[in-house]
Amino acid sequence: MSVIYLLISISIVVAVAFLFAFVKAVKTGQYDDDYTPSVRMLFDDELKKTKNNPNKK
Amino acid sequence: MDKETCYHCGLAVTKKEEIPFDDKIFCCNGCKTVYEIFSLNGLTDYYNFENAPGATPMDIGGKYDFLDNEDIVNRLLDFKEGDTHIVTLYIPHIHCSSCIWILENLNRLCKGVSSSQVNFHEKKARIIFHADEVTLKKIVHLLSSIGYEPYISLENYDSQRKKVSRDLIYKLGVAFFCFGNVMLLSFPEYFEVEEYWLNNYRGFFRWLVFALALPSFLYSASGYYVSAFKSIRAGLLNIDIPIALGIIIMFIRSTADIIFDMGQGFFDSLTGLVFFMLLGKLFQQKTYNFLSFERDFRSYFPIAVTKIQPDRTEVSVPVYDVATGDRLLIRNQELIPVDGILMSETSSIDYSFVTGEAIPVTKVSGDKIYAGGRLEGRVIEMEVLSSVSQSYLTQLWSNEVFTKKGDRNYKTITDTISRYFTPVLLLIAIVSFLIWIFMDTIQAFNVFTAVLIVACPCALALSAPFTLGNVLRIMGNRKLYLKNATVIEQMAKVDTVVFDKTGTITTNKKSAITFEGNEPDDKQTMLIKNILRGSNHPLSRMIYDQLPATAVVPVDGFEEVTGKGIRGTIDGFDIKIGSASFVEGAEETPMQTCVHIAINRHYIGRYVFENHYRQGLRELFEELGKNYSLTILSGDNEGERRALERLLPPGTRFVFNQKPEQKLAYIEDLQRHGKKVMMVGDGLNDAGALAQSDVGLSLSENVNVFSPACDGILDATQFKKIAWFLRFSKNTIKTIKMSFALSLLYNVLGLSFAVTGNLMPLTAAIIMPLSTITIISFVTIMSNYYARKGK
Repeated sequence: MSVIYLLISISIVVAVAFLFAFVKAVKTGQYDDDYTPSVRMLFDDELKKTKNNPNKK
Repeated sequence: MDKETCYHCGLAVTKKEEIPFDDKIFCCNGCKTVYEIFSLNGLTDYYNFENAPGATPMDIGGKYDFLDNEDIVNRLLDFKEGDTHIVTLYIPHIHCSSCIWILENLNRLCKGVSSSQVNFHEKKARIIFHADEVTLKKIVHLLSSIGYEPYISLENYDSQRKKVSRDLIYKLGVAFFCFGNVMLLSFPEYFEVEEYWLNNYRGFFRWLVFALALPSFLYSASGYYVSAFKSIRAGLLNIDIPIALGIIIMFIRSTADIIFDMGQGFFDSLTGLVFFMLLGKLFQQKTYNFLSFERDFRSYFPIAVTKIQPDRTEVSVPVYDVATGDRLLIRNQELIPVDGILMSETSSIDYSFVTGEAIPVTKVSGDKIYAGGRLEGRVIEMEVLSSVSQSYLTQLWSNEVFTKKGDRNYKTITDTISRYFTPVLLLIAIVSFLIWIFMDTIQAFNVFTAVLIVACPCALALSAPFTLGNVLRIMGNRKLYLKNATVIEQMAKVDTVVFDKTGTITTNKKSAITFEGNEPDDKQTMLIKNILRGSNHPLSRMIYDQLPATAVVPVDGFEEVTGKGIRGTIDGFDIKIGSASFVEGAEETPMQTCVHIAINRHYIGRYVFENHYRQGLRELFEELGKNYSLTILSGDNEGERRALERLLPPGTRFVFNQKPEQKLAYIEDLQRHGKKVMMVGDGLNDAGALAQSDVGLSLSENVNVFSPACDGILDATQFKKIAWFLRFSKNTIKTIKMSFALSLLYNVLGLSFAVTGNLMPLTAAIIMPLSTITIISFVTIMSNYYARKGK
């Protein structure tokens, strides 16, 4: 059962890694605007299509 | 009649006026042009996201010529390095996903723009462009031409980048990390089963929990310690004191417990407590990023004006650089930035925002014109008398009331409760300690700490933030945007409501015009209308628009006498239109704004300009009159007194001809008599009064346009709901009080465990989250219930 030391330590390490990722994300301003990315995601990449077919209107 | 809507902007178009293009209907050439621009560049997807998302582009003329000036541009840019320039523009028309799409595809419309990013909530677009290929002015012109004109004011010029405070988010993240892990690791011990393996690893779990609770205790909760300390130093008792006390005692007791192997400790409750408290703080912090409640005169004034050099060339200068003796050129719809003397023959200036006068003022050559008015009509030239900082308007803002406001610390309802809470709590703890000390010393300490732990006013402190946060959101959905949560509490305490007249209870739409006298017949109407056509005076134009269409006939001998009226001859008929002194047979009416008509020296009658009152005004005042004393404070003349007295309930006070300082003094006077005043206003002339009153609401036809410093911005369409908002705020306070009672119940329950020495960590760990969740659900349900009531 002493493996539990190892298991719990690893899970703590993983949790801390996530905490770091969170802090980094906040620092770079990822959560300052929480609405626009949700809209932006839904835009189609029309850009590619029209670029390839300049003759097509 | 078949009413179609414009494909671009959605306005209704009658069959006659429609402009068809490419199988679609447009209301005007402006909209059609924008559509053409989009379709030429393959951007017609703009119309796929929303229906009619566009706006008619305004004619901007030379409005942005000041962007030719390098210094000004440098101050507006966020970033400038070599060729790459970055600018953040506030674009009020951003309101839907189409807007985001087109603005982020700006690079397809304009070669020099490399990319752009929109922040929807703040209505800002951050544009990165190459200065070699395109200038800021070209970008602004492009944006205006597609209907997305940016709003650039003196404020952008002056302000520095604000540092965003993300402290609370970090603390919350750490608190949640600790909370989640500690809860999981506490589980083994909850079940108190005498298993062999648990005895061996108990120490490991307990010390791990201790280590995990440390960041939460030291970092996340630090705000509470600081606040409690400050409060003690100031001699006050706020709600953070028992919270900080509870947290510290919890930590000490738990550490002692695991060192002396007396128990599991209360780390799980501690981390849970810290997490929920911080969540409450975040919830209360709702800000409206696209609005500004701190506007002062700088966001009203333009950045630059056109100066006329001695050699008659025109150059754009920043408004701060304007000096006495300079000659300035002001165009139609532009603001007069400084006090000065009119050089041109005549001009018509709209001061409604500044003084509250409803009708534009006519000035002639040599007259002094004051800053803040908006020019209507032809271009004028003026000579500067005093610089921006010395103008009358700016002096208005240096009144100390604007700095005083920030210092006023309102007692919130939570503070009031906490004054009694802390002493009572300490009393109970000490009494229980003294009782137990005679029976069992160890237990005495246990009980003492248990009382302080379980009575920690977690639920009490959360009642207000969650309720107010929810109410702020609901009010925002109903188009009343409040600066912060304390305004709601102040609104509930108000007993007097003061209204401004012009622009607040009257709309800015055209005044209603009625005719008094012998109603002109068709022939006379034709004569009048043809004479009016030649005049640019705003009153002439208003009457002209109101008269029905007639045949156009040539006018002989048209003459406009400035300040008096106009005259002309048609077909032998001599027509005179104007003021009472100009038109024979007219009587003076100092109380009303009238335009008199005489044909062939025979007096016909006069057009009387009435203010157009907002819909629902009478009902609103009737309802408010029941619980509040009402006053109308106006910068305009007494002319409307009779009409208002008829419209509004008796007991309403009317005060006219108020200058801005007098409005402020009036509010001060009311407050000296112990009244709590709410002021509803809209213009610069209300700025002082809005700041002085306990709650200042700014009424706004278009929330994107400037409104003076206030506590809340109300959309003009919701004007008639003011009584509802006031009632809702009162109900909010009721809800908070009810939830206080509920949380006190939990405290009593917890105390019954603590005082009898039965407080197990598991019990505490259950009571805390349970009370929190109950309170949160309760206040959310109640505030939504009150919101639905009496819509």
